[in-house]
Amino acid sequence: MAESNVSPGAAREPRHGVRIASIWFVLSVIADLLIWFVWGPHFPPGNMTSSAASQQLDFKVLAVVAAPVMMLIYVFFLYALVVWRQRDGDEEDGPGELPGAARAQKVWVSVTLMLVLGLFGFGTYQLVVPAGAGAGEGANPVWKPGGGKPLQIQVIGQQWLFTYRYPSYGGFETRQLVLPDNQPVQFDVTSLDVIHSFWAIQLGVKADAVPSVNNVAYTIPRRTGTFTVRCAELCGIWHGAMYNYGRIVPVAAFQSWAQRTEAQSAALTKILPPFSLSYSPNEISDLAKVYTDGGLTGAGGQYYGSSFPAQP
Amino acid sequence: MSIKEEPVLPQQPGGVDPTGPLVQRAWWKRPAIHTALLGAIVGYLIGRLIGDAVTSGVARVANSNENDIALVLGYLFATLGWLGGLGVFNDIVRQALGRPTRGTETYATPGVARYFRYTLDHKVIGVQYLVAMIAYFCTAGLFAMAIRTELLSPTTHVFGPGTYIEIVGEHGTMMMMLMTSVVLGPFGNYLVPLMIGSKRTAFPRLSALSFWLTPAAFIILLSAILWSGFPTGWTGYAPLSNQATQGMDAYLVAFGLMGISMILAGINMLVTIICYRAPGMGWRRLPIFVWSMLATAFLMVLAAPVLVGGMYLTLTDRTIQTAFFVPDLGGSPFLYENLFWFFGHPEVYILALPGFGIVSEIIPVFCRRPLFGYKTAAAGMIGVSLLSFFVWQHHLFDSGIDPNARPLFMLTTELISVPTGFIYLVALGTFWRAKIRLTVPMLFAIGMYFNFLIGGISGVFLSDVAADTTAHGTFFVLAHFHYTIMGGLIFAFMAGIYYWLPKIMGIKLNERLGKIQFWTMFIFFNSTFLPMFAIGAMGQPRRVFEYAHRLQTLNDWVSISAFLLGGSILIFVVNFLWSTVVVREPEVGNPWQSRGLEWQISSPPPAENFARVPLILSAPYEYGVKDASPVADLDPPPDVLAGAVASMPAPRS
Repeated sequence: MAESNVSPGAAREPRHGVRIASIWFVLSVIADLLIWFVWGPHFPPGNMTSSAASQQLDFKVLAVVAAPVMMLIYVFFLYALVVWRQRDGDEEDGPGELPGAARAQKVWVSVTLMLVLGLFGFGTYQLVVPAGAGAGEGANPVWKPGGGKPLQIQVIGQQWLFTYRYPSYGGFETRQLVLPDNQPVQFDVTSLDVIHSFWAIQLGVKADAVPSVNNVAYTIPRRTGTFTVRCAELCGIWHGAMYNYGRIVPVAAFQSWAQRTEAQSAALTKILPPFSLSYSPNEISDLAKVYTDGGLTGAGGQYYGSSFPAQP
Repeated sequence: MSIKEEPVLPQQPGGVDPTGPLVQRAWWKRPAIHTALLGAIVGYLIGRLIGDAVTSGVARVANSNENDIALVLGYLFATLGWLGGLGVFNDIVRQALGRPTRGTETYATPGVARYFRYTLDHKVIGVQYLVAMIAYFCTAGLFAMAIRTELLSPTTHVFGPGTYIEIVGEHGTMMMMLMTSVVLGPFGNYLVPLMIGSKRTAFPRLSALSFWLTPAAFIILLSAILWSGFPTGWTGYAPLSNQATQGMDAYLVAFGLMGISMILAGINMLVTIICYRAPGMGWRRLPIFVWSMLATAFLMVLAAPVLVGGMYLTLTDRTIQTAFFVPDLGGSPFLYENLFWFFGHPEVYILALPGFGIVSEIIPVFCRRPLFGYKTAAAGMIGVSLLSFFVWQHHLFDSGIDPNARPLFMLTTELISVPTGFIYLVALGTFWRAKIRLTVPMLFAIGMYFNFLIGGISGVFLSDVAADTTAHGTFFVLAHFHYTIMGGLIFAFMAGIYYWLPKIMGIKLNERLGKIQFWTMFIFFNSTFLPMFAIGAMGQPRRVFEYAHRLQTLNDWVSISAFLLGGSILIFVVNFLWSTVVVREPEVGNPWQSRGLEWQISSPPPAENFARVPLILSAPYEYGVKDASPVADLDPPPDVLAGAVASMPAPRS
């Protein structure tokens, strides 16, 4: 926005644009440095897995881009409120049309468009390369992780708990979620009743559990530790209580855990519905009778059909 | 094109003979809110009776005493009875029978009673909407207070989980469904004819009907509490909605009715803006607020039918056992998600655009400068409304629906920030070397720019699939859309009230209380919702009644701020009632020295708005422009008018 040839008084008009730009530049650089080096490493969801780390990178990059944009607007508004306030007794109107308006608009549109296209390119790369970024990719994922065949784990949502099946270990079913370190994991998420969302917070994995649908998400654990699983889609009155904890353990510990659990739950596995990528709720409610009669319960227990929600 | 005869005639309501005989009946015999209530009760009983008769022993859900068919019929007949009691169908029936209609009776009755009738005057409808919207907003706000009370502690509970979900659903649905009309209803109906130089809106009956559907929707939605609420929140996802008890029917009928109300209000607004502009009111002189109403009305007309469809399909799933959303029987829960968000995302802009319109309308007045980039602002609004139909799947990034299309939806979602950014470009350019007058409306407008920026920027985070994987379904999203809707729309709505109430009622709102309200509302709004970004990022999903212990401090901070925010709304209500009922300090002139056409006539405006159709001479924002002509000639001689129309001057940009 030009400062010249406006009116005879314009010569005394200070160079507002330069002042605003200087304040903005200094504050933006400070903000961006703080975000990248100080605050950014603590951004959610941490770096426990490959997908979590890639999401954290996205948060960092977006914040570094967003901070100067926000600074520009806020610095401008503050400057305007301080410098361009109406003075007491001044009832005059401000200046009418000023030159440079067309150029300012062109610059604005080009800059915002470039920022947006840049973010789009970055976002797409971050979706495709880290194998779907930990998000649910539907039944036939196209973006898969490298590094060997992933360990398949089925996540079954039902009101109001998650159960997990390990098809590579005889399809046993458990309420504990245990993952091996440094090995790609494939979550096959489905539901028996309503829509849930499997959100393993520190893993950076979120996939909706939809009845009759298989929804796949990938991640690669990078270090051992515990994480929280919460349901992230409203699924009825105990939605808030639908959570459990999982852990990432070294590969050897995982294998011994899996083999032990497989042996322990062999009797139960026999009467469970055979492993499948989705289950019919009606079929399961029939099977539930078997469990009660035999004095056995499914790992999660309390299977029921969609028309008979348990009312706690 | 030239006007040969007096242009007043076609502006009378359709089919009415203004000279016809008018028999005044006693007040209690005339259709009004009391007959409407009676009609609603009678209708409800009839509906229940029919429902119980046709479905006895057939459709009752096993092991419960519920009969969804009877309840739905009860609601529908109650709505018909409510409208019939208001006299909505009287003129239609009279016209069908070839008898003279009584439209004028409902068009120009004086006195307070007209606010409780099916009145066709757009100014009465605007005031009805204004008061009703404030009431709805406060009711839904009380539910928010209840939510924050429950979240004071992670483990000690005020409500049971069922009651909590019920409250969350009522708060969300009431806000998202009724606040769609919070600006288009009051300010759109009241001001658009005044701003474009018209004596009326195009379809007063549709407009009045759109208003009178809102109390019906409100009461039906509230009645869900009688049937222990609905567990789905405002989104109403299947199959949870199929599993839910009778409260779900209340949600479905209410949301469907509100969808119809939106369509009617939108059609009226569209046709009014396109066809009822005064001579000289070219597209380049249209006030920016009217542009925002045009864009909003387009969205309402095109998006709301999808909502009505979704609600209808869910209703049939629940009552006559269709299976649109039942996977085992060939349906799909994905279908509902798509239908809902195909409406739901444009709806977000139905809520945002009017806010843009209000602030863009107000800042030139208090900056005493022309609106910067007028064409860009209008193009931005149209651009936002077009793009908003192509982004809905960003609500479903993790759902597994068409996952390979996500880059496309990421692109469209991020692109929408370009036309949205125009709103800021316009503000920056207008503030440049302005003479800013910090009145109460201006404070609220600046507050809107401050808040909406945080809402908009956090939206870019959510459009990024990877970042959204963590943020989706958490308090991060919750903070984001409260920043855009409450921080954007409601702040703009407040700006609009303080700016236009002197016009609407001829009464000035107390400025000191207004400033106190602004500062408390602004501070506690930010103190409520800013920490929610952190709460969400640290792992708290939405709509939970239990959360991690480590988040208690933040949640308590938010809750206390929320109560104080509620207090600031209370200050507004007190100010509103105190100023309009008790003090009534008159404000007849043009207190803001605005160039807006609506300010060129007396306050409150006369029944006919303009004695003659005005001739628009220049754009409304030419503050500080040398030799700017007055905005309109309010009393053009007929021959000048005809000549002006014949050779419509090319308006200055």
